[in-house]
Amino acid sequence: MYQYTDFDRQFVRNRAAQYRDQLERHLSGHLSDDEFRPLRLQNGWYLERHAPMLRVAAPYGELSSVQLRVLARIAREYDQPSAEVYQKAQTAQANLGTAKLPTGYAHFSTRQNVQFNWIALDKSADVMDLLASVNLHGIQTSGSCIRSITSDERAGIAVDEIADPRPFCEILRQWSALHPEFAFLPRKFKIAVSGAREDRTAAAWHDVGLRLVRDVDGVYSEDGSPGMLGFRVLVGGGMGRTPVIATTIRDFLPWNQILNYLEAIVRVYNRWGRRDNLHKARIKILVKAEGQRFTDEVEAEYAQIVELDGAPHTITQQELDRVSASFVPPALGGKKSDSVLKVASILRATAENHVEFGRWLTQNVAPHKNPDLRAVTLSLKRLGHAPGDATASQLETAAELADRFSAGEARVTHDQNLLLPWVRCDQLSELWRAARNASLARSNIHLLSDMIACPGGDFCSLANARSIPIAAAIAERYQDMDELHDLGEIDLHISGCINSCGHHHSGHVGILGVDKDGQEWYQVSLGGSDGSTLSGAAIAGKVVGPSFEAAEVPDVIEALLDTYREERRSGETFIATFRRVGMNVFAQAANAVRHMASTEFA
Amino acid sequence: MKLLAAHAHSAPCESQNSIQLSNDSDPRALDLEKIERVDLHFPKFSDGRAFSQAFLLRRRLGFKGEIRATGDVLIDQLVQMQRSGFSAAVLRADQNAKFAQRQFDRYPAFYQGDAVVAHPKFNPARTPPSTNTGVSA
Repeated sequence: MYQYTDFDRQFVRNRAAQYRDQLERHLSGHLSDDEFRPLRLQNGWYLERHAPMLRVAAPYGELSSVQLRVLARIAREYDQPSAEVYQKAQTAQANLGTAKLPTGYAHFSTRQNVQFNWIALDKSADVMDLLASVNLHGIQTSGSCIRSITSDERAGIAVDEIADPRPFCEILRQWSALHPEFAFLPRKFKIAVSGAREDRTAAAWHDVGLRLVRDVDGVYSEDGSPGMLGFRVLVGGGMGRTPVIATTIRDFLPWNQILNYLEAIVRVYNRWGRRDNLHKARIKILVKAEGQRFTDEVEAEYAQIVELDGAPHTITQQELDRVSASFVPPALGGKKSDSVLKVASILRATAENHVEFGRWLTQNVAPHKNPDLRAVTLSLKRLGHAPGDATASQLETAAELADRFSAGEARVTHDQNLLLPWVRCDQLSELWRAARNASLARSNIHLLSDMIACPGGDFCSLANARSIPIAAAIAERYQDMDELHDLGEIDLHISGCINSCGHHHSGHVGILGVDKDGQEWYQVSLGGSDGSTLSGAAIAGKVVGPSFEAAEVPDVIEALLDTYREERRSGETFIATFRRVGMNVFAQAANAVRHMASTEFA
Repeated sequence: MKLLAAHAHSAPCESQNSIQLSNDSDPRALDLEKIERVDLHFPKFSDGRAFSQAFLLRRRLGFKGEIRATGDVLIDQLVQMQRSGFSAAVLRADQNAKFAQRQFDRYPAFYQGDAVVAHPKFNPARTPPSTNTGVSA
């Protein structure tokens, strides 16, 4: 993990002090709601349906065990509404059908951040101080600015890696933090960085997606051949009400130019991005509207930054080396690779004797650059908890597991789970037992119940419908692990509104909450892709027809999956079958399960 | 950075060699010869276009005169204004200038280069600003 220097530490503390100053001026009447709003947002503080929501940055997903323990403490001590606030919230949600709102949780988001739902605003500066004590903060986790950078959960350990993206992520994090020119952009601005052949970051769905590539005699390769390192630059992806896949505006940019080039992109956006209509303010609209002219503007601005400004943000080799030094693999004890075969045979034998362990090895354990190690995902998708939620004690267990098995490091995944990146093969069975005791070892990673879901209408003021009960109803119906493994890998994504925090556009099956005359309805879309190998080129799913009422949604899922089972060929995944068979067969199956009374045509 | 009360500010005019630039104009199209002051406008404090204009004026074009922020100018944006190249600001009438100085005192340095300090912190070529930052009346 990146090692904070004195300067870095002081910077985070100064930010906490600045926030306290702003909060105090706000509470004493010197800073109006409107003027305080972007300031608190740029520290991660929203005002939601029942209480403030805090979004803490876990830059490119990395968290230390020390940081996990502080997050646990915040969940336990601060994610606790007053009786009055809770009573009011519970009454409001009971009208929708929610029996009990969860408290005392941390929620992991698709952008590898951590959210809390119940912290009172007058405690917010104390929480920022507590976070700063372990180098955590909420800098630019919200607001119309460059948001916290996301990356591959397997950065630095992936077997298919071209180069480690983490040093670049950290350099980007520092460059974007409190950037004076780019704090009030037309709209939010999200950057993802991937360094592997497999894109685990949904790069094409971002305002800027960066893919590390190598230039081998003018051919830009992702196969790890030796050659000059650089970035393929994608711009203008995004979800929301207008889903757009990013356009590649540069096939190859030398790695040391990335800050200069990003400066050009963001300056062009700051200047030309629409400010007259919130729904048309993202860079995707600009890229779409201007086409080649956008690319030309960026290239012209970049040329001026280089020729007239002297390219001041060219990354020096020295700086890359300095930051990279933080990301050397941790020294781990244990036996060396001569025992790999022996360990493998022990694991195989154990797995044969224990079907659950075998499944866990298949689904939750990923290969590693170092053949002695594995990456292990702790599942935060289990019955009784909202997707991506962890209690204080589960966070503490995760911290303990990170200390015992993963050099004190965990990562937040894009799919809202926690990953342990440095697990020794010979400790896998021990880790599995410990994780299972804490209900963190469900072997469902990438399977149906490993669904993405936003907090939805139980917490979020933007939501049109609740996500958590829909996720729970589907999870309840699909508890049988034999069945889940038979269904195989499938991306089910649930958003409570068109803002698409639950990424419904990119799900093989996407569910979108919509509001019709004050009632919750759900639109189902099929065939979306995040851009992974499994899912194919990034694309938005297509809507199957009029929306469904909540009670119909699990039946729709069942109908879709039954159709898949009927139609699939040997070894074929849901998405592959869908692509081969086509929309009609699946849409018909979905539409056939509408409950008679609720037929509605919108 | 020079802070001006609203009454101390008068609109630019040709005789004073000062001009006003709307925030959708390109400063690179200006003839800056003889110009001593450029006013850049914030219709709303959250409309950040003038930050880029100031940067281009100060850094790209090397403008040495005064760059003045007008409009919805608030205490909490002063530091980033100064870093983007503004040298003067007309505070909105209800702003309390006594909260301003401590905003400048808080951060000893920043990561990225800006209009005042061209190089980022990581670059050995970085030189600290020649004058102390802060506010003056």
